[in-house]
Amino acid sequence: MDIIVCIRRAPTTDARIKPGADGKTYDQAGVNYDISEYDKFAIEAGITLKEKHGGTVTIVSMGPQAATKEIRTAIAMGCDAAHLLVDDAQHDSWSTAQALASKVKEMPHDVILFGWNSVDNQSSATGQMVAEILGLPSVSVVVGLEIADGKAGVERLAAKGNREKYSVNLPAVFTCQKGLNKPRSANMKGIMQAKKTQVPETPGNAPADGLTVVGLESPPPRAEGQIVGKGAEAVADLVRLLREEAKVI
Amino acid sequence: MSNVLVFVEFNEGKPSKAGLQALGAAHTLAKQLGGSTTAIVIGEGEPGDLGKSGADKVIAVGGDAVAHYSPDGFARIVATHAEAVDANVVLASATPMGKDFMARGAAIAKCGLAADCTELAVADGKVRAIRPVYAGKALQTVEATGKLWATLRPNVFAEVSGNGSAAPERADAPFGAGDLKAVVQEIVAGVKGKLDVAESEIVVSGGRGLKDPDGEGKQNWNNLNALADVLGAATGASRAVVDAGWRPHGDQVGQTGKTVSPKLYIACGISGAIQHLAGMTGSKVIVAINKDENAPIFKVADYGIVGMVEDVVPALTTALKEALGS
Ligand SMILES: Cc1cc2nc3c(=O)[nH]c(=O)nc-3n(C[C@H](O)[C@H](O)[C@H](O)COP(=O)(O)OP(=O)(O)OC[C@H]3O[C@@H](n4cnc5c(N)ncnc54)[C@H](O)[C@@H]3O)c2cc1C
Ligand SMILES: Nc1ncnc2c1ncn2[C@@H]1O[C@H](COP(=O)(O)O)[C@@H](O)[C@H]1O
Repeated sequence: MDIIVCIRRAPTTDARIKPGADGKTYDQAGVNYDISEYDKFAIEAGITLKEKHGGTVTIVSMGPQAATKEIRTAIAMGCDAAHLLVDDAQHDSWSTAQALASKVKEMPHDVILFGWNSVDNQSSATGQMVAEILGLPSVSVVVGLEIADGKAGVERLAAKGNREKYSVNLPAVFTCQKGLNKPRSANMKGIMQAKKTQVPETPGNAPADGLTVVGLESPPPRAEGQIVGKGAEAVADLVRLLREEAKVI
Repeated sequence: MSNVLVFVEFNEGKPSKAGLQALGAAHTLAKQLGGSTTAIVIGEGEPGDLGKSGADKVIAVGGDAVAHYSPDGFARIVATHAEAVDANVVLASATPMGKDFMARGAAIAKCGLAADCTELAVADGKVRAIRPVYAGKALQTVEATGKLWATLRPNVFAEVSGNGSAAPERADAPFGAGDLKAVVQEIVAGVKGKLDVAESEIVVSGGRGLKDPDGEGKQNWNNLNALADVLGAATGASRAVVDAGWRPHGDQVGQTGKTVSPKLYIACGISGAIQHLAGMTGSKVIVAINKDENAPIFKVADYGIVGMVEDVVPALTTALKEALGS
């Protein structure tokens, strides 16, 4: 089985994000990067499928050259190969999806895995867009995935904790959510393998964005709060404030 | 053209709150743009009169092909009708369904998708959308280069109610049931009667300070549930307690959990790590209960009580019962 996992290099979740000098993108000074959190569930899903059904797992990522670090982490976890589409700019999901789709189209693929949402751009869209461009089925926010006889049995987390069940033909696109699996950590053998693996690069050639960013701002700071009091004695005052001042109950 | 097409999501045969909010936002925007608002409803027998909630026109798509949800099917229908009514803006609520199919729809229309927007405005005749990015650590303002496809965060936009009227125009899906790539076959219901943190007006969350529910923390979690019951609130959790297996994944609030923006958020025994704050600082009013007066959660709380959850949570439940007369 040919499995492709699209991963994104994103600021770590503890990064402080400040608008940069251009007022449109964030200031990268002091920001550390990691594989976008949900993409780790996609990587684990890919490796699990390979272990069960045989085949290869190939990472595709669009980003700056520095993203080879995140790609090597994925290889160390157990992926076999990778391709980096080099592009230093930040793109929207439509541009990203087109660039990824052009690359994926020329690679053999039975299953294409994504994170359900990137921790930075947060569009929850790229996977479904790639599926639409390639004319493939997609199921997003996947928390269950089994493959047999060229078909995938998939569970998707919908509203109110409901789980929708799908059965789709391969090739197909799935976007992965926490709950699908527990991403493994890299072992020594994997880390050695990752050092040796070549990561081919080609220019990203990302098409024009569908959205133009006209500004990036910090959210307005919350108004200074108050400590109402200590212990159970303070609850009467709290209830009064919630009713009379905040008017939320 | 400055027309707006809005998908109105239904829930158990009725327009959902988030769906009506999206319709309200569509109506307000169309007025500013001098265009009309078309509401589209898919797979519902009787959509009722959405004219009262801001629609100038209602399209109801029915038939076998839409008896069950399908991301590719819903996307095609919305994209087809967006073109038919010459919509410059296409909206839906950013619910699990809206987030799913609007991305495919935007791709059909060869447009970007402004996801999970919290504000729409018109500047120099162009629509601007504001959306939280980096888990709410920044707000991004975007304009579409072509048409704007956007999903709207629930509980942010206001419903409108008027005395308009719009009889639904029936339409068939532009495909047969057999043409679909992915269709829901079965729905396994979540816990019955459980409110979703992301959709609830009040959220009561518990953290590691409540301790192990299978051990010394049992009473604390019962107390938390009782507090949520009195307020009609959903229960949320920090990642620490979700990772410990004390609460289900769906309850997690934060950067890698759900983003919530209720009118009242009560954090109990939660320290206030940056990833947790990222998911809840959009709440209107925040209350924190923590034994440590230096806990970072107090920096974002409107009202704080320094104390033990063991004492404060049940006392608050009792006081609220009295105040609310329940
Ligand atoms: C990649 C990544 C993603 C993450 N995503 C999320 C996320 O989405 N959501 C999230 O919540 N976290 C997330 N985290 C984890 C986050 O960094 C914190 O570890 C977590 O939020 C801490 O949970 P907590 O506040 O319950 O526990 P703690 O930090 O242990 O805090 C417990 C608090 O309870 C108080 N307390 C203890 N006993 C009592 C008592 N008897 N009465 C009153 N107060 C008491 C303590 O003073 C303390 O402040 C993420 C971390 C990483 C690395
Ligand atoms: N630059 C990128 N390179 C590879 N995959 C990406 C990229 N951006 C987004 N993705 C994938 O698309 C998913 C959803 O991203 P988003 O639509 O931004 O929420 C991510 O979790 C990744 O799997």
